[in-house]
Amino acid sequence: MYEIIGKQLLAPKIYSLDILAPRVAKSALPGQFVIVIVDDNGERIPLTICDSDKQKGTVNIVIQTSGASTKKLTDKEIGDTINDFVGPLGKPSEFIYEELENLKTQKILLVGGGVGVAPLLPQAKWLKERGVDVHIVTGSRNKEFIILEDRFREITQNLFIATDDGSYGFHGMVTHAIEELVNRGNHYDRCIAIGPMIMMKFTAMTTKKLNIPTVVSLNPIMIDGTGMCGACRVTVDKETKFACVDGPEFDGHLVDFDEALMRQSQYKEEEKEINHKHCRLTGGMF
Amino acid sequence: MSKFTRIPIRYQDPDKRIHNFDEVCLGYTPEEAVAEAKRCIQCKNPNCVSICPVKIDIPGFIKEIANEDFEKAARILNEYSSLPAVCGRVCPQEDQCEKTCILGRKGDSIAIGKLERFAADYAIENGIRFSNKARSNGHKVAVIGSGPAGISCAGELLKKGYEVKIFEALHKPGGVLVYGIPEFRLPSEKIVSAEIENLKDMGAEIETNVVVGRTITLKDIFEEGYEAIFIGSGAGLPLFLDIPGVNLNGVFSANEYLTRNNLMNAFKEEADTPIKLGKRVAVIGGGNVAMDAARTAKRLGSDVYVIYRRTKDELPARDEEIENAIEEGINFKFLTNPIEILGDKEGRVKAVLCEKMELRGEDSSGRKFPVKVEDSQFAFEVDVVIMALGTTPNPLIASTAEELEIDDKNRIITLNDRGETSKEGVFAGGDTVTGSATVILAMGAGKDGAKAIDKYIKKQQKELA
Repeated sequence: MYEIIGKQLLAPKIYSLDILAPRVAKSALPGQFVIVIVDDNGERIPLTICDSDKQKGTVNIVIQTSGASTKKLTDKEIGDTINDFVGPLGKPSEFIYEELENLKTQKILLVGGGVGVAPLLPQAKWLKERGVDVHIVTGSRNKEFIILEDRFREITQNLFIATDDGSYGFHGMVTHAIEELVNRGNHYDRCIAIGPMIMMKFTAMTTKKLNIPTVVSLNPIMIDGTGMCGACRVTVDKETKFACVDGPEFDGHLVDFDEALMRQSQYKEEEKEINHKHCRLTGGMF
Repeated sequence: MSKFTRIPIRYQDPDKRIHNFDEVCLGYTPEEAVAEAKRCIQCKNPNCVSICPVKIDIPGFIKEIANEDFEKAARILNEYSSLPAVCGRVCPQEDQCEKTCILGRKGDSIAIGKLERFAADYAIENGIRFSNKARSNGHKVAVIGSGPAGISCAGELLKKGYEVKIFEALHKPGGVLVYGIPEFRLPSEKIVSAEIENLKDMGAEIETNVVVGRTITLKDIFEEGYEAIFIGSGAGLPLFLDIPGVNLNGVFSANEYLTRNNLMNAFKEEADTPIKLGKRVAVIGGGNVAMDAARTAKRLGSDVYVIYRRTKDELPARDEEIENAIEEGINFKFLTNPIEILGDKEGRVKAVLCEKMELRGEDSSGRKFPVKVEDSQFAFEVDVVIMALGTTPNPLIASTAEELEIDDKNRIITLNDRGETSKEGVFAGGDTVTGSATVILAMGAGKDGAKAIDKYIKKQQKELA
């Protein structure tokens, strides 16, 4: 059992949870994820690690209530426990193995969308702590859904917040914001994009046009997360890869996003049904 | 009934069992078990024992069943095996102990597996515990993986007085026994959990949710004070056919399909994990895993076809499982080779494009090999495809321990039959060394690993003294 020792509402239906899991906290590196099972009937759901504290032994995850399992998880309060919390899983971000001197000469653009801005934090923190210059672009539907603004401002003065409706910051999608930044004369040596699959697809298309090497963090359907089933398989550069062990980070310009989007929708019908079941139990999802 | 005729075993009626996940084989009643046990002629030099990978005293436990002392029979089994109720169910006895039974020369060999199952079940059902917890010798050993190899290694070490901790990556211990083999062949709550409780009674500590290679490394384990490590992490990485369409929606590895259903209980109403219910399901492959996947899909309401390149005679699955599958209405398409999976506009499977095969010639091992028949392509309409083509070891552990050597198929290389690896103090056994094999071979390897670890630690002690 793993205890929840911190809970915070960041935006409507978006929660930050701190979970006591010392082994995971000790080993977690930027880019990795965990798999959570909420209760005895629970499914295994993958969630990206947003922060970890080795001393306290805690791991932070940020989740949006979007279905039966995330609803169960976000209904938990401080002091409650969840059944299983396994990780860190996946390969860490590749840049942590690169020559720091080389990395320091680069300008890195971090792009996050929706609830996916939270998992940019470990990369942003790691780079900032080592003196690597980063620009950050975040995208949200509107002002109400902007999360972690203060945390990102601590990391860089170059934070560009985009909202789809223009209710705060830059009016438009993250892809527009990237083009705008480049038009203003900014040069980027690489880009790291995390968010909904569709946002990563369009970000990769934009950066390809702009010639910026781009890494994306894929979020396909997963079960075990250790490489034993292949549910999370994706095509990268015409080769089948398992996102849980070969990724989740891949070269965004080589990922077959259309296939990945199609595979992600595989259980749409069943998920609806589960929502229904859950609905009757709890008296409504939202 | 003559002495050469086996007491028949009862099965759940096929028409009923295809609507439930309850165990298919019902096992012997005490009367039936005693009658079958009395057929054993108690050979002086029994062939059945010498071929058993864990060398169970087979005539010994059968004699106790014949004497109606079922508890004593179970105790004898427990001395040799950590998982008798499992092995009695899933071992390919027809190729091992039962194949060498002398009665088999003139009639039916003794139903050794069914008798083993009977005695082990008797102990479980009557709450008989074998807490033969040994006095601690003060030495700590870590076991990676709680499948048959790990369980068997841990069991042997506990008997010798070691403090043993098992690290398991999944949330439930048991390995393939819980995620792979379905309930209708091996009930997990009744049988697997009971045998794992037995291991805990003996003093084993099991830590779940630890992925060695990610959560901790071999180095971390040594730093936690363990003097030796046994790796029994299995061969869980699934193989996919390298044909167009493998990533369409509706194509699964048997591992995924079975894990959803067995480990995550997708067949139960209350479970959150979904599973794809196909109207017409094609299972590709012919081994036990293919039979398990096909029979699972049948129970979930699908019309199921097993596609296999060779003929019924070459099917690698156990005869009993093939017969059970046929009784349950699983259809077989023999001499058929899939060459592409076809999808619709939404990326869902709609058919498998196949070609007919014929068996020709012989390969170096004397096995006939399939050759395609020219111009024999046909599309076979299905909406779910399950690939049961075998598995290879997961390279995760070795990838984080540089000194650990693996071969080109990701199998951990052992230096000798004691399971020693290239890294000092690290031993390995089971599917992670051999590639996917059987439960009983993994158990034998676990036992050998325990012996080698015991010797290794004693030697270290001597050198220190």
